[in-house]
Amino acid sequence: MFCEKAIELIRELQRMSDGQLPAFNEDGLRQVLQEMEALYEQNQTDVNEAKADGRADLIPSIKLRHCCLLRNQRCVTAYLYDRLLRIRALRWEYGSVLPPNVRFHMCAEEVQWFSQYKKSLASFMRSLGGGEGLDITQDMKPPKSLYIEVRCLKDHGEFEIDDGTVILLKKNSQHFLPRWKCEQLIRQGVLEHVMS
Amino acid sequence: MSDVLSDDGSDINHDDSQEDVMTPAELISKLEEAWLNEKFSPELLENKSEVVECVMEQLTHMEANLQRVKKGDTKASIHRMEIDRIRFVLSSYLRCRLQKIEKFFPHVLEREKSRGEGDPSLLSPEEFAFAKEYYANTETYLKAVALKRMPPNLQTVDMLKAVPEPCLDSFVFLRVKERQENILVEPETDDQREYVVDMDEGSQHLMRFRTIAPLVSSGAVQLI
Repeated sequence: MFCEKAIELIRELQRMSDGQLPAFNEDGLRQVLQEMEALYEQNQTDVNEAKADGRADLIPSIKLRHCCLLRNQRCVTAYLYDRLLRIRALRWEYGSVLPPNVRFHMCAEEVQWFSQYKKSLASFMRSLGGGEGLDITQDMKPPKSLYIEVRCLKDHGEFEIDDGTVILLKKNSQHFLPRWKCEQLIRQGVLEHVMS
Repeated sequence: MSDVLSDDGSDINHDDSQEDVMTPAELISKLEEAWLNEKFSPELLENKSEVVECVMEQLTHMEANLQRVKKGDTKASIHRMEIDRIRFVLSSYLRCRLQKIEKFFPHVLEREKSRGEGDPSLLSPEEFAFAKEYYANTETYLKAVALKRMPPNLQTVDMLKAVPEPCLDSFVFLRVKERQENILVEPETDDQREYVVDMDEGSQHLMRFRTIAPLVSSGAVQLI
């Protein structure tokens, strides 16, 4: 039956309802495009015949094929667009460098889209407040506590906090530190917020 | 607000010369109102870039003042928290707008294009640039990956039709700031009839966004 492959693409995404990105189904897409080409060519032939020989009985099949073509286009664009939304969510979750296993699931054009999206977002954030800039991918949650428990992931040497105390950040040591002082180091991967 | 701000009298912010000087507390209150309205509204609201800019200036001043406070002073941590809270509200506000811009991108651009000369703009210049780039990027992508491989009469997609519009009939909670009389409520189904309500100052309601949208823009109601 026509359009079955297109529906399969949609179902593939529906199965992963948690927003995960499955591998790009190049094969599936190609099959749908081939079906569209075949339908279009059949229609071209029939339309010419209908005009030349007055074959009005061909018109219902022409209409049916046209509907299938539209449905295929709609399903394909829905599949591609939904993937873009998942990829967009990755920028907000993982930052501008994607984990390699995710990148592996993206086709070249999607990587290109992501790269362009990153750039747009970065230049938007830079331009905020009259050129001052604000990283709105941070501060995702309202600040709750003044101090947080952190674990040191790598050796970072000495670290001074506001009241003058110096802390030695040695790998695997744990500390109870003011949150604002740690944010930068958490982002860099030097510290890890420990939530008990 | 806090004495960190009053250390330096020049911290009081100035908007454009047309507007009155606002105290920092008023500014933050305006930011919070804009934030709540944007969060609860189904469609993108007018941009408040003057508020955004002033708040950013405010944050810079507060950070600078904080550097001057004696180290170890317990007030410092409280001011720090204040700064973080304000920055959170600001970031959340901007994120909310960006999400709506991305979600409804062709409609947002269309609204901006077709607004009247004197009407306030929906998007800030930066948001407008971002929206256009997002549109172009998405269109280029769809063409490159699939549309150009489709039959000749199917190589374009009408974005305005393909991307859903915001649902203006969603219900929102609101609190009335300025008394309103004779607000016309349209019927939802064929059996209902339209009716008129008066809304008292301070009262709270649950209504369709479409009915009270102009009141949100004018500041007569606050979404909650």
